[in-house]
Amino acid sequence: MTQDAGMIGQAGLQFFGKMCASVSHDIKNVLAVINENAGLLEDFCLMAEKGRPIDPARLKRLAGDIQEQIRRGDRIVTGMNRFAHSADAPSMDVDLSELTDLLAALALRFAAARGVQVHVKRPRGAVRITTAPFVLLNLMWLCLDEAMAFAGPERIVELAAEDSADGACLRFCRIQRLKDTPDGSLPTVLSSVLCSFLRAQVSFDPDANQMTLLLPKNGG
Amino acid sequence: MAEKVLIVDDDKAFLAILAERMQNRGMEVSTAESAAAAMQLLAKESYDAVLLDLMMPEMGGIEAFQIMRRTQPEVQVIFLTGHPSVSKGVEAMKLGAMDFLPKPVDMNELSEKIKQAKASRMILAAKRTQEKIRRILTDKSW
Repeated sequence: MTQDAGMIGQAGLQFFGKMCASVSHDIKNVLAVINENAGLLEDFCLMAEKGRPIDPARLKRLAGDIQEQIRRGDRIVTGMNRFAHSADAPSMDVDLSELTDLLAALALRFAAARGVQVHVKRPRGAVRITTAPFVLLNLMWLCLDEAMAFAGPERIVELAAEDSADGACLRFCRIQRLKDTPDGSLPTVLSSVLCSFLRAQVSFDPDANQMTLLLPKNGG
Repeated sequence: MAEKVLIVDDDKAFLAILAERMQNRGMEVSTAESAAAAMQLLAKESYDAVLLDLMMPEMGGIEAFQIMRRTQPEVQVIFLTGHPSVSKGVEAMKLGAMDFLPKPVDMNELSEKIKQAKASRMILAAKRTQEKIRRILTDKSW
């Protein structure tokens, strides 16, 4: 058990670092665009000093572009903040569909790197479970990474959180190449340790191009 | 003559604003949102400098640069990156990149680098022409 706890802690730190690095890259990009917008504003001032009039319509568009970047940055930071708070308590009542949205947002850069789009199918209502959200996000990430690795020609992975008889489940759908490796290739030791900790199960259905993460109502 | 520059970055907003600023400085600018799109442009046109984002989906900047160098040995590449790391910088420079600049970009520094890139490319092109002429003369024993 101590060895498992150590592994969960170590894997969690790596997962946290990976996501932080990705988010900081996105924030850097936002800052770079804002910097260029400020630079352009400066260019306009210099041109105006030389007698070239400033076009108010262009200035208005520039202001809009800056505001759009602020909104983009805010979305990124809000997601990062939610992610950081997922480690606040060892067990919490959470909405699995919200965690799924958060995972999809965090995975955006990784998905783009693989040329994959992650679509989230939202349920009608909340899918509530009691779990260790940070550990669950780590397991969900391992599953999503696996699903993206086996995405087929359409390059889409669809996520759907649902209530189930014994708790909840998260379906990873449209994994067209899952047939190539029917047993999947999740990092076996880590995923089984995380599953055991969360009392979760991962099942593969290659015929349906689907992988399912089954979660108890009260786990973690 | 205006410097001809190709900017390659997957961030559309960054691409558009940087291109506008460089055009305001009198440069002739083309843009590509991916390494693959950049390769297509490079197959048709030659540029004084290519500004290449290090981290892009599907094909990263280093890989793209290696391919560019095989097809156009005199191409001058300046890497732009949000996360400059010493190891990546060293790797890029070892492969023959002209420079490795962090984002946000200092436009005056970038403009200067582009001018240097143009000069380097012209020297390389002239050297290649001279080499070609020398080879022809040697072949013909003149």
